[in-house]
Amino acid sequence: MSLRKSDAIVRYTAPTRINHWIVAISFVLLALSGLALFHPALFWLTNLFGGGPWTRILHPFIGVFMVAAFIFLWATVHRDNSMQPRDWIWIRKIRDVVENREENLPEVGRYNAGQKLLFLVIVFCLIGLLLSGIVIWRSYFSVFFPIDLIRFSSLLHAFCAFVLICAIIVHIYAALWVKGSIRAMTRGWVSPGWAWKHHRGWFREVTKSVPQK
Amino acid sequence: MALQSLDIIRRSATTLPEPEARHAYTGQVAKLIDTTKCIGCKACQVACMEWNDLRDTVGTCTGHFENPHDLSEASWTLMRYTEYENPKGDLEWLIRKDGCMHCEDPGCLKACPSPGAIVQYANGIVDFHEENCIGCGYCVTGCPFDIPRISKKDKKAYKCTLCSDRVAVGLEPACVKSCPTGAIVFGTKEDMRRHADERIEDLKSRGFDQAGLYDPAGVAGTHVMYVLHHADQPGLYSGLPEKPRISPMVRLWKGSAKPLALFAMVATAAVGFFHYMGIGPNETDESDEEAARRELEKRP
Repeated sequence: MSLRKSDAIVRYTAPTRINHWIVAISFVLLALSGLALFHPALFWLTNLFGGGPWTRILHPFIGVFMVAAFIFLWATVHRDNSMQPRDWIWIRKIRDVVENREENLPEVGRYNAGQKLLFLVIVFCLIGLLLSGIVIWRSYFSVFFPIDLIRFSSLLHAFCAFVLICAIIVHIYAALWVKGSIRAMTRGWVSPGWAWKHHRGWFREVTKSVPQK
Repeated sequence: MALQSLDIIRRSATTLPEPEARHAYTGQVAKLIDTTKCIGCKACQVACMEWNDLRDTVGTCTGHFENPHDLSEASWTLMRYTEYENPKGDLEWLIRKDGCMHCEDPGCLKACPSPGAIVQYANGIVDFHEENCIGCGYCVTGCPFDIPRISKKDKKAYKCTLCSDRVAVGLEPACVKSCPTGAIVFGTKEDMRRHADERIEDLKSRGFDQAGLYDPAGVAGTHVMYVLHHADQPGLYSGLPEKPRISPMVRLWKGSAKPLALFAMVATAAVGFFHYMGIGPNETDESDEEAARRELEKRP
């Protein structure tokens, strides 16, 4: 299955893939440096960044970079990520989802309800992280804000980061769980059977215009 | 720094107990600042500069006695002056020597994410060890008294050490040594409380009915205490907080949130792992490819 077949369907173009992985790598760096300062048991992670002060210096810059990179990703995928009525049926049948009984689920478009909700969670968490992150960015911005707002932002920043990390763990697991997904984001294509099985609505849409041999 | 010679009872960002065999058996220390005896001469500010080798940049005069205008990385103590018109219509000049209060339950230490950057000695002194400081400013976020300052030069946090180096060798803090009126005294916390009681009794006999000791319970007491003429209104003294405590937001952030969030993250990953082991991956097989082919062939 590693060789690309002639009937493969393009799911992500090269620019989108590169965009995704820039965001993903930034996220991993942010999660590691952020967790290092969140829990004492993980402070050793600061060693990956050149020590405590360097972790403190780098983290917010990587954060701003990730948000900027995510804006491009958002522009590419947000249209296909709005919840439709059938998505709520999908959510109600979550048992069939986790037990791999896709035949019982309503037709799925380019993204399923789980992916859409994840996207929403990411968007809201990033907004929360960016705004609270600016408030607690001691070197440049904290002097402009009252102490109680700084305290609230510290808490909000930790909360959004916690939700986001859990969401990304789910995201990564889903990619490992649904075989063929990782290839879509590394090589860009999926097999027709993959598209037919997991995203039938999208399969029908993208194959409509393709002339049949 | 070596723990054994410093007799540390608490370190920031650590999850296990510190060496606990030794204690301050002769009593914890406290500095008592009697605002009713203070004449605002600033000898304490100068002594602090001298002992600690600090020189703040020369600022500007705004026609006010308070100078410098705020605490900084090079001004660890500061006389704050308030002109207060009491209900009788008389002017009272309330002068308070501001600086670290050395809380028994220090908000800075609770908030600090760097192991050993903030410590508390057995004698009660809260000290910053700048070599471990990462410059995040969480100590500022945690402090109920707005004391720590981050240096613009080296991004490290600084504040009054209660002259921990002097106290460790049996000397009193530099500010205490320099005070010409005896408004600042130093000793065991017990002795200082007793001394304060005498002062308060004296003040009450002179008509200051509300005279009292400032040793706020919200931070489990402090190792720097004030005798105030108006203990019922500490806010008169340049905004001394009436009921200081570590903010509930900081408590949550640095308390239960830490283990719970970590647990939830590990649990999320574990659920994924066991889902894979129990139910297994969702794979696309030849029958799906066949179905896709059939559907495409059906197309006109």
